[in-house]
Amino acid sequence: MAIIRVENLNYQYPNSDTQAIDNVSFEIQAGDWVAIVGHNGSGKSTLAKLLIGLMAADSGKITIDGQELTPETVWQIREKVGMVFQNPDNQFVGATVADDVAFGMENRSVDRDTMVTKVDQALAQVGMLDYKNREPANLSGGQKQRVALAGIIAIAPKILILDEATSMLDPRGRQEILSVIQDLKQQLNLTVLSITHDIDEAANADRLVVIDDGRFVEEATPKELFSHGQQLVEMGLDVPLPEKLKDALQQRHVAIPQSYLDERGLADWLRTSRLNK
Amino acid sequence: MNKVMFGRFIPGHSWVHRMDPRAKLILSFLYIAVVFFANDFWTYLIMTVLLLASVVASAIRLGVYIRGLLPLFWLMIFTVLIQVFFGAGGHVYWQWGWLVVSQNGLNSAGLILMRFVLIILISTILTFTTQPLEIADGIESLLSPLRRLHFPVATLALMLSLALRFVPTLMDEAEKIMNAQRSRGVDFGEGGLRQRIRTIVPILIPLFVNAFNRAIEISTAMEARGYQDGENRTKYRQLKWQRVDTASLVIYIVSLSAVIGLRYFS
Repeated sequence: MAIIRVENLNYQYPNSDTQAIDNVSFEIQAGDWVAIVGHNGSGKSTLAKLLIGLMAADSGKITIDGQELTPETVWQIREKVGMVFQNPDNQFVGATVADDVAFGMENRSVDRDTMVTKVDQALAQVGMLDYKNREPANLSGGQKQRVALAGIIAIAPKILILDEATSMLDPRGRQEILSVIQDLKQQLNLTVLSITHDIDEAANADRLVVIDDGRFVEEATPKELFSHGQQLVEMGLDVPLPEKLKDALQQRHVAIPQSYLDERGLADWLRTSRLNK
Repeated sequence: MNKVMFGRFIPGHSWVHRMDPRAKLILSFLYIAVVFFANDFWTYLIMTVLLLASVVASAIRLGVYIRGLLPLFWLMIFTVLIQVFFGAGGHVYWQWGWLVVSQNGLNSAGLILMRFVLIILISTILTFTTQPLEIADGIESLLSPLRRLHFPVATLALMLSLALRFVPTLMDEAEKIMNAQRSRGVDFGEGGLRQRIRTIVPILIPLFVNAFNRAIEISTAMEARGYQDGENRTKYRQLKWQRVDTASLVIYIVSLSAVIGLRYFS
């Protein structure tokens, strides 16, 4: 079942003469991890904001979990969607960790006793319970993003949108956040929509939606997409590490299969090809 | 910046630390109001004893409080000297031109000094023992009756807590901008007044622009998390009025009534 359906979406920023989103249509199936990829300024973040009604599309139709996005349904739709933004500092609303996790619940008029238990549960799930009474100034970027995730767990949405949520973190913080999300997705049966230009992160998704200058290019599995190789570079995207290695080997005239290989696949191939010699 | 103790919070678990911020706010305001009723030895004695008892109950060393007073030292000296030399009336001890040291002058100088110290110390106890957040919560709770007059208490409270939350973030940012400008050759704290004011601009404008961007991002994030407006929200933080608060309130009311009683009925 398609949980997110976007049909012929158009959007143009008031002071711009090009379309930020140009006739985009795609579907996302429930329970999938989908990455939207594209170079900087390709319209990924605009798309995310349109999806939860933070900006109104000029034309087109967005349906989320069977409900069409209109000014009347926007708050109901936001109940179903949790969003983590890029800058960890600018989405930390609460004065302490616990307050921030409770913020979304406060907005939904959850009663206090429920809030108290849910805050603890959510913080335990992201491994931040010991930091419950800390203030944001004393936390690292990765820790702040974990708190943002806890705030989303507490309201148990069906869809999680990550708007470049790991782009301001160090490699370790990024790995940690991604593995926390991986776990949550399993437990809560979430649909994850991650917007990213980090191609290694995108390689872990079930499906990829490629956006270029506001236009929908294609929807594919990572395997299908990364076999395009050079075409990706022309779109302003990077290729994952195994593809780069393959490319470098090809330039040194090593015969290597054309199909996409992930890290393990490539390692296996290298090992077997060495043994054959 | 490290020398300024005024307005700081010092963590602890004392009697005063455990008190409800509302109680502390009410008591401080009451105390400050009553300071202006005290006018002789006995009333000031009561006020001083009450204050020292509170200082002891806060379990913070007196030295820390005195350090809190230091930045205001020159202001105190200045006011006292003005009172000493320009307060006329009563027995004249010393005179030189229009400078007169008289009995009334000395009296009112002593009075002003006492008031100064007492008011600053009581507010220092409040800020030493109460987190800024708690103060914000306390103010919100105390203002809540204004809701009937359609005063946006919840919005004010949110503004206050967001402002407090971003103080350290903005301080860090200001520091970063300063260092960034320094590395590009801006020299802070050099030259005359005009030059110094001019060097502030390259800090202020980026800070201002960043604050706007931040505000946009925060409001987007808040809206995405379902924030509609101040009303119809439940609250996670809760203030609890405990026995400590009632006990302190009783002690304060008894002592402060004694002061007012001595002033008017003796």
